[in-house]
Amino acid sequence: MEAKLPIALKVNDLDNVATLFSNEGKAGAEIEIKDKKGNSSSLVLKNDIPYGHKIALGEIEPGSNIIKYGESLGLATAQITAGEHVHVHNLDSRRGRGDMEV
Amino acid sequence: MEFWGYIRENGKVGARNHVAVIPTVVCAAEAAQAIANAVPGCIGLLHHQGCCQLPPDLERVTDALIALGSSPNIGAVLIVSLGCEGTDVERLCAAIEKTGKPMDMVRIQEDGGVTDSIALGISKAQKLAAMISAQRREKAQLSDIIMSIKCGGSDATSGMASNCVIGYVADKIVDAGGTVIFGETTEFIGAEHILARRAVTPEVGNRIFEIVNNMEARAKSLGCDMRKGQPTPGNIAGGLTTIEEKSLGAIMKSGSRPIQGVMDYTDMVTYHKGLWIKDTPGREPEILTGMACTGAQAMLFSTGRGAPQGYPSMPVIKICGNVNTYEKMRNDMDLNAGLILTGEKSIDEIGEMAYNKFIATLNGEMTKSEAIKYYNFIDIHTLGPVI
Repeated sequence: MEAKLPIALKVNDLDNVATLFSNEGKAGAEIEIKDKKGNSSSLVLKNDIPYGHKIALGEIEPGSNIIKYGESLGLATAQITAGEHVHVHNLDSRRGRGDMEV
Repeated sequence: MEFWGYIRENGKVGARNHVAVIPTVVCAAEAAQAIANAVPGCIGLLHHQGCCQLPPDLERVTDALIALGSSPNIGAVLIVSLGCEGTDVERLCAAIEKTGKPMDMVRIQEDGGVTDSIALGISKAQKLAAMISAQRREKAQLSDIIMSIKCGGSDATSGMASNCVIGYVADKIVDAGGTVIFGETTEFIGAEHILARRAVTPEVGNRIFEIVNNMEARAKSLGCDMRKGQPTPGNIAGGLTTIEEKSLGAIMKSGSRPIQGVMDYTDMVTYHKGLWIKDTPGREPEILTGMACTGAQAMLFSTGRGAPQGYPSMPVIKICGNVNTYEKMRNDMDLNAGLILTGEKSIDEIGEMAYNKFIATLNGEMTKSEAIKYYNFIDIHTLGPVI
């Protein structure tokens, strides 16, 4: 029997990231991306991804929106490719920024 | 369906029948704690305010203590005053007396200092506890329910599992004619447009934008990025990268019903029915006080990282969205909503379990945070400086 792949969930059709709910998110691992309608696809992780963290589903240009729940989480600060970890190193908030003009 | 509670003179229904020992000021808190610890049936409301604050904050502290003492979960009140505090003790006593609850008082500077006041307070608290101990639960309606909701120690599971469970219960309570209150204004930042669309009138929608703008302005006032303050380092380690992401997950707990209006921090529920916002910060000691001020009988509280705290006068039910955390903190967590993300249970299935636990709690069943008695550190949110 084939082992079950680690699962990441895509909440909304507009999302360009999915959230991994597995402790097995190692670089090079194949994971399954599921959406709410039950559709599924697979993706290979480019980095180690901790439980609950986000994975890019495709190319994301610097300065463009990172989308989850169909809404913006902030802007990409670097070029991001499919399977890459999306977190504080490449995603910046636009809100509560007393340190800059937004 | 119905529940069994303590029906108070004003028609409100309590899920607990505590004697509240209320210090008027931080300097009376240790005496209040000693009294509450010594007498069965007592809880202390051990805040850190009430002196050397600007008048609007002193008024807010008085209002908060009135609201806490007026909660239907409180059967009797013992006020512990120092004697030189800024809190309006006269107004506090008059308001509590008006509820019809048995009430008494000790004054540390008049009653022989700390040790003698504790002894006198214990004796008075014993009488109050005995006086209310024979009160019986009576049948109450679901429309008498006031449920507060909150998420804390959030991670990526919160918005996708445990908050969805709370949203399910919130819709059910609203549909039964009850009241549901949610807050954490900081955690509307980036999601306020979604909440405003659910407002019953454009005025309520504008008020939602206004409280979020005020909170964001306060966060920006020190000239730094609020990240690490919000989201917290624990949120970030748990996968929540920005405040927008935290907020979009946090608002899931409000369910889907229309938002009726915005209540201020110390407001009590009077005419309010349906789903309401309370303007509060996100940190537990302060928001839980704001929620207890509503008169909520109990709270549904979702967590991913594992926030363990309860509240002395309001039972708190912990719903954990993270299976790893649930396994490590079983004695602190009431429900495992992580089973939604493993595919073993649906949101509706865990939602029904949470609803049943909520009703059982109203009927007297203890929550984990009550059983471990982890609820003594509370505070009142104030706006100005300590001076």
